[in-house]
Amino acid sequence: MNNAPGKSESSPVARGIWSDAVGRIRKNRLAMACAVVIAAYILLVGFIYIAELFCLDSSLIDWKEIVGPGYRRPGSDFVLGTDFLGRSVLRKTLYGAKISLTVAFWASLISLAIGVPLGAIAGYFRGLADELIVWLYTTLSSIPYILLVLAFALVLKDKTLALRLAGTDIFRFELVGITTVYMAIGLTGWVGVCRLIRGEVIKHKDRQYVTAARSYGCGNARIITRHIIPNVFHLVIISFSLRFVTFIQAEVILSFLGLGEKNRPSWGAMIDAARLDLPKGYWWEMAAATGGIFFISLALNIFGDALRDSLDPKLRIQ
Amino acid sequence: MTAYIIRRLLYTIPVVFGVLLTTFLLFNIVGGDVTDRIAGRAASAETRAEIRAEYGWDKPLFFSWDSQFIRHMTNAATFRFGRSWIDREPIIDKIRRGAGPSLMLTVPMFVGTLAISVSLALAVAFLRGTWFDKIAVVVCVAGMSLPFLSFILFGQYFLAYKWGLFPVYFWPDLSPPQYLALPVLIGIAAGLGSNVRFYRTVMLDEMDADYVRTAFAKGLGPAGVLFKHVLKNGMIPILTRVVLAVPFLFLGALLLERFFGIPGLGYLMIEAIGARDFQVINAMTYIGAVLFVGFNLLTDICYCLVDPRVSLE
Repeated sequence: MNNAPGKSESSPVARGIWSDAVGRIRKNRLAMACAVVIAAYILLVGFIYIAELFCLDSSLIDWKEIVGPGYRRPGSDFVLGTDFLGRSVLRKTLYGAKISLTVAFWASLISLAIGVPLGAIAGYFRGLADELIVWLYTTLSSIPYILLVLAFALVLKDKTLALRLAGTDIFRFELVGITTVYMAIGLTGWVGVCRLIRGEVIKHKDRQYVTAARSYGCGNARIITRHIIPNVFHLVIISFSLRFVTFIQAEVILSFLGLGEKNRPSWGAMIDAARLDLPKGYWWEMAAATGGIFFISLALNIFGDALRDSLDPKLRIQ
Repeated sequence: MTAYIIRRLLYTIPVVFGVLLTTFLLFNIVGGDVTDRIAGRAASAETRAEIRAEYGWDKPLFFSWDSQFIRHMTNAATFRFGRSWIDREPIIDKIRRGAGPSLMLTVPMFVGTLAISVSLALAVAFLRGTWFDKIAVVVCVAGMSLPFLSFILFGQYFLAYKWGLFPVYFWPDLSPPQYLALPVLIGIAAGLGSNVRFYRTVMLDEMDADYVRTAFAKGLGPAGVLFKHVLKNGMIPILTRVVLAVPFLFLGALLLERFFGIPGLGYLMIEAIGARDFQVINAMTYIGAVLFVGFNLLTDICYCLVDPRVSLE
């Protein structure tokens, strides 16, 4: 967990795991380039959200606008060409980033909210709770991932989650469009993180710092949330930087199969639309959606690996 | 050894039970009674009652000897999944018919990917640190980042449609090698990135081991060291990977069969998704899970045979 011996001699100030990792990752030029790409995607999505929230009149987010004749080749007028209605493919691709990243974000949040507490409880208390939780995730991981996601998405589609009390809805949540997609991905994606956290908590719960915390009177809940989780959380971040790619690609497949967003352009829906155009020689919508997926996935893959190498020297791949 | 296998076998019972519980919760409770969707708006009350009786939706959910849950379990145990909503054909017949074409696609794809990626990984691991190695890693990560759909669509467009090297679509008159060649090729190409990268890591872990240095020191050539020593010791992670890849074959087959019109299980599932036919998805989920559990059991037994130190905690 500490610095390399050579480094700590030159800098007597204690450095934490994070500043150490940031220092190491900064030297990796490829990883920094990927960080820039990821930041660009996030900024773009943030901009689209802000522009929609404040109804900004920006041509960038107006993907519905018909900018020219249909099926125009990419060129000086239209950077990525136009689709069958004459809408800009560039704007659709940029808007697709919003759908894709939103899905991946919420899916990550849902699977973290399920996986981290369950993993921590299983690893810390062991016994019956552990056996139940292990049984639960073994069961879920026995079902091939894509079948599980498909089954969840199919069943959850167009359902309404409502909490009724005395005849009135006190909580109502409609599962339409991307909500179904990220619920399905999130509810099935927590197994890996749960397994990871459980294993780490088992390793950590007999360490001296935990014993020390217990000796001055910390309760179990406090030990888990304030002591153990912060010490294992970097592993969660590494696993999610790589899992994000899986979520993005799962969204593409679900949207392609018609289980996702219908009314707004997502990359999966663009590929589905372009499928019929490709034999006619209109390749650019397909290529644009592929590019949108490719660059974020590549950046996340490389950055995630670099993050793993810099945070966890033991796991380093040569 | 025998005790280990028996205990491992018994452990599959709660897992299969859990899978059945999951599919029951999904399809019978969350999915629920979909009589209206099957019967259509104009159906009479008798038709509705008949459909309810056929699928057992008129019975209590759990606490009764003829409850929906008991029915769900017995159906699964006897592999009787009822009839499809689309054409009233028994689902198990559909699955039986689809298994052949699916396996004809996935087995060559799987074997091809494994053979090519393990050999490439051995070569890359041997040349580690050189520019060849670095380029190979970048190409692998790039291949992993491309969506599978793009591999299929561009592959079909260029190789079959534009250049006419392969038939574009399944046709009953074509012989299997003709219509399967392109999907298998695309499946292998799409899988190479992640596989080569994984096996490279496995091989590199072994390349640093003492026994490799010893083998080189006693004068063995690179081929001898790689195939006789490194490959054998890398067998455990390779075995695990092979089993873990089986569920992913479904995904590959799902989309590949859709695009090439191969009448297999993937095609069946796409059809069922389009028609919202829960019963077919339910049957496929259950069979997929049972296969996974079975393969997992098989690997653990193989571990036990390969490495005598392995035992169940």
